[in-house]
Amino acid sequence: MARGIGLEAPLSKMANSNAHGEESPYFAGWKAYNENPYDPKENPTGVIQMGLAENQVSFDLLENYLEEHPEAYNWGSGPSSFRENALFQDYHGLQTFRKAMASFMEKIRSGRAKFDPDRIVLTAGATATNELLTFILADPGDALLVPTPYYPGFDRDLRWRTGVSIIPIPCHSSNSFQLTLQSLETAFANAEALNLKVKALLITNPSNPLGISSPRSLLEDILNFINTKKIHLISDEIYSGSVFSSNDFVSVAEIVEDRIHINSKQVHIVYSLSKDLGLPGFRVGALYSYNDKVVKTARRMSSFSRVSSQTQKMLSFMLSDEEFTLKYIKTNRKRLKERHSRIVDELRNSGIDCLKGNAGLFCWVNLGEFLEQKSTEGELKLWKVIVDEVKLNISPGSSCHCSEAGWFRVCFANMSQETLEVALRRLREFAEKIRATKKIS
Amino acid sequence: MRIIVPLQGIVQGRGGLILGSLIPCALLYFFQFYLKRNRSSPPPDSPSASTANLPELTGIPRNSSRTSLPTRGSIRPAPVSSRATAIARASDSAYYTGWKKWLEDPYHPTSNPDGIIQLGLSENHLSLDLIEEWLAANLQKSLLGEKRGDLSICGLATYEPLGGLMDLKMVMAGFMSKIMRGSVSFNPAQIILTAGATPAIEALSFCLADPGNAFLVPSPYYPGFDRDIKLRTGIELIPVHCRSSNNFSLSIAALEREYKQAKKRGIKVRAVLLSNPSNPVGNILHRETLYDLLSFVTDKNLHLISDEVYAGSTYGTEEFVSIAELLDTGVFDNSRVHIIYGLSKDLSLPGFRVGAIYSYNENVIAAASKLTRFSSISLPTQHLLVSMLSDTKFVEEYLKVNRERLAQMHALFVEGLKQLGVECFKSSGGFYCWVDMSKFLKSYSVKGELELWENILNVAKVVLTPGASCHCIEPGWFRCCFTTVTERDVPLVMNRISKVLKDHKATH
Repeated sequence: MARGIGLEAPLSKMANSNAHGEESPYFAGWKAYNENPYDPKENPTGVIQMGLAENQVSFDLLENYLEEHPEAYNWGSGPSSFRENALFQDYHGLQTFRKAMASFMEKIRSGRAKFDPDRIVLTAGATATNELLTFILADPGDALLVPTPYYPGFDRDLRWRTGVSIIPIPCHSSNSFQLTLQSLETAFANAEALNLKVKALLITNPSNPLGISSPRSLLEDILNFINTKKIHLISDEIYSGSVFSSNDFVSVAEIVEDRIHINSKQVHIVYSLSKDLGLPGFRVGALYSYNDKVVKTARRMSSFSRVSSQTQKMLSFMLSDEEFTLKYIKTNRKRLKERHSRIVDELRNSGIDCLKGNAGLFCWVNLGEFLEQKSTEGELKLWKVIVDEVKLNISPGSSCHCSEAGWFRVCFANMSQETLEVALRRLREFAEKIRATKKIS
Repeated sequence: MRIIVPLQGIVQGRGGLILGSLIPCALLYFFQFYLKRNRSSPPPDSPSASTANLPELTGIPRNSSRTSLPTRGSIRPAPVSSRATAIARASDSAYYTGWKKWLEDPYHPTSNPDGIIQLGLSENHLSLDLIEEWLAANLQKSLLGEKRGDLSICGLATYEPLGGLMDLKMVMAGFMSKIMRGSVSFNPAQIILTAGATPAIEALSFCLADPGNAFLVPSPYYPGFDRDIKLRTGIELIPVHCRSSNNFSLSIAALEREYKQAKKRGIKVRAVLLSNPSNPVGNILHRETLYDLLSFVTDKNLHLISDEVYAGSTYGTEEFVSIAELLDTGVFDNSRVHIIYGLSKDLSLPGFRVGAIYSYNENVIAAASKLTRFSSISLPTQHLLVSMLSDTKFVEEYLKVNRERLAQMHALFVEGLKQLGVECFKSSGGFYCWVDMSKFLKSYSVKGELELWENILNVAKVVLTPGASCHCIEPGWFRCCFTTVTERDVPLVMNRISKVLKDHKATH
């Protein structure tokens, strides 16, 4: 019997690849935080986490609701209720839950779009939805167009297991990082010239990391573009509930139904409860597609990424409560807007510029003046100083593939008001210190 | 546009350079150009409604290959991937057809006594009452904590650590160890938690092999492997046929044969995948066989994936031996061994989506951990299970009573089928009777088997899983789940099946 001494069974190329992108500073900053996390009492000099786009401003609403409605998480006294739920593994998902999701998505859009619950495919998070859609729309070797700066996780979610590549569409501060038809055309043409098969355009609306929603005219242009080029559109709308004023947000869903010349079978929406409902741990994502084939295929593939039936039942109860959801959406928007205004004001007082945002859990901040050199190296140097000395974990724009150095994403919704104040004070002091140093030198 | 050079036959020796090649090339070029320009013209009967929308589209620069914009529905949408096309096109297997029919007309003892009885789904309904009792006594505490402060959903709702809560890994390790009757201890740090065993197998497969590579799988095997592994990874499954003459036991010689065949065909085998206790056969691998298996994979430098999801559902006299036990001896390099586990079978909670990869290979653990973000377990469910599985008294009682009930139902089915002249394979674990109905086939073939299966579905209104779905090489074997009905239902099941079998016997 051979012992195979010294021989290790090899792993796959995928396991050995870096395509998961987790070596990037985006994730490295989290490590720094995990090793020395800020706590107002236990560790007041620790690192404050401003690199995590989580929404903690409205937890109390959820807590109160669950306390007042224990029937949401109980299985009730009926003999079959728990049994049915424990055994439920239908990849269609609970119908009541899909109805509740559809209704929630409609409320977020103030009723300006309708969602058919049978077109919702449930997954264990938007991460899974984005990967699923990529598997469905593109073959290995194909490409997706993605405007930059974009969420660092896309490198992993869209590319790692799927073998699909990302073609970035650079956007610039000169026009507030807005995507333009021109840049779309150019990127598409460049891809063709390189013999890359573009299968879809992925936009995040509202944008992560920019914190801005796409204007209607741009969405119309985009829909016409994908229609003409015969490519798919993936509209990642996971931050749709965090637009500070509901009227500012336009979803592709609102436009697609009206524009009958647009082939809606090419339009797909990604949603999740992680941001808008502040429940990332629940692992609830959804794919909404106007394409029957995509819905059918996604459902089958969702076997790899299903939502716990216990969670479906709990949330279906909560999200079916009209009064609660309307109140939640409104209050959540208001609180996010207040936080956002606070941070923008403070930054302005510190002489720091932000992109004028209208959505999201973060600000896109320009720290260019503090760079020693206007380059990625310079940006990463500054980032290290901010993490190690100022003790703030913010995300450098380079990890979001931003074409201009000096921009950082600063999250403001994943901490208490008090912690935010501490963070803002540290940032102000840092800015003053650097400026003073520059004056002297 | 590419200039496609006409075939050699045109160019060669006919008309020299100009007539022979340039002119045909030019003609072909212009022909292609003409085709491309005109391909995009809408069909003549397209509705004019689209023109009403044109004013809004004036911002778009006209593309030379389009003369007007298409109307929705008149032109096919952008294609989906070839993978998706194959999935959408795939006709449903018997496995899923039976399930769908049952959904439309499910049996219920009082409200639908003539409905379809589902014996094709591997769910365990026998011991859910035990879990219900536990929940009734413990739910509030487990989910939301006792004090108002603990009610904080913050703990429930924030992003979880990669691969699941450490607390859950710890209780899972303890649970797995209890199932193996304490013969082996599991290290929580080697556990990666996923939303069910289905993504666990897929994620592990992604880590161990490249598209085009293959796994050797003793057959008959779990029909779901085809989906779990082939759907997205591009990995092939090569069945290694086990036969009734050999008690469906794994033959190393057969593994060798298939390995060599694959090599000849230029296919790189990367792992052996098996389920133990086996689905569908229900046999348990002997210690010696496991040893031989480890020798085989070591010799060929392959990985070994042992799907042990039924480890806690044994009822025979044979004791279950996990592959983990053999690794404790230190004879074999454990970095090639990976175990799949989950709570859908042993704890009867398929809806909650709890699965695990247990690996001894740090690189696999690192890579697979990163993959769990595509299939993480919902936090409230994690918390619930930490609580439940920490209750060692409950766990021990549950495992004991569940095993007893499995043994009881299994015996009832075996006896009932025997009365019908149907022999069951002597199984020791899992939820199935693996039954030999070959003598009732009208023709000893897959066709004959499916015919019998259909009659049992449509006439007897009982869903079984045909052996063909499990890639069994001998026709006439069926997988019959005995854990979804109550004792009272057994005579009804047997009665219904007997009617069809009588018909089939008569025409023999």
